[in-house]
Amino acid sequence: MVEQIQINAWVGEMKSKSQEVNLDQLDWQILRLLQENAKQTYTEIGNKLNVAHSTVYDRIQKMEEHGFIKKYEALLDLEKMGIQQITAQMIITSDPKETENLARKMTKFSQVLEVATSFSEELVIIAKVVARNQAELHTFIARSIAPLPGVLRIRTAIATKKYKEERFSLASRENASRKRNNL
Amino acid sequence: MAVSQSKVLRNVLREEAFYFFTSIGNYTGQSAFSLDEFLQKIKDVDIKSLEFHLFREDFEKWIAQTLGDNRLSEEIRVLRAQKVVGNVLRDRLYFIVSRRLKELKSPLPITK
Repeated sequence: MVEQIQINAWVGEMKSKSQEVNLDQLDWQILRLLQENAKQTYTEIGNKLNVAHSTVYDRIQKMEEHGFIKKYEALLDLEKMGIQQITAQMIITSDPKETENLARKMTKFSQVLEVATSFSEELVIIAKVVARNQAELHTFIARSIAPLPGVLRIRTAIATKKYKEERFSLASRENASRKRNNL
Repeated sequence: MAVSQSKVLRNVLREEAFYFFTSIGNYTGQSAFSLDEFLQKIKDVDIKSLEFHLFREDFEKWIAQTLGDNRLSEEIRVLRAQKVVGNVLRDRLYFIVSRRLKELKSPLPITK
């Protein structure tokens, strides 16, 4: 089980536009450490950054209050736990007048993990869905998604082999940035 | 027991309609809210969709469970057992459903 942290900020900028609060270098360092392991104590973080644990506490409180840290959650290894599930990506072509409503309705289903709209050649909704098996996936799409007003077509791709699954991390972004600068 | 003609021929709610897919999760955008509309869609829908639903027994289930027509459902089950595909399937399915529709709409007593 790995502790993860969700950070609500666009990492490319050192200044956040969220509620006019600026993140300084220490904040970013704390966030990076928390994202690696959110179970670290304030003292452990303080020791790594050479600051007092009370400073770490204050900074984390501030970032929680302002929504930079959305929540702390456990990242579970479902396979080890014996939970079988399949993941699929749905692309839903929708009536442009209904797209917004449709996307919002889709967020209500527990089987739908992510919902986004995209406008490339046409306006579509992209959604990540999970189910125990293909039969359950099809039943969910046929009975719960296809009947929603505004659905014109659905394309679904079921993931058969996963090569990577990670969340965005500040550390990997910093590494990529360093590599770019060295080139 | 006579089949309820009005039940079989009625327009169903959005959540009870038949939605045509070509494979798992791939919805064609075609749907049928009544047996009449179902017949029209048999003519137009991608043949892959007819094959997909026939062999999953989806047509039989929808016609029996939602429309309440066990006889038509049984006729489709027999068609499935014959393992026909392609346009032969489309033609036979169309024939079976249109024949049943004519019967249901006729003024004579309807058999089960």
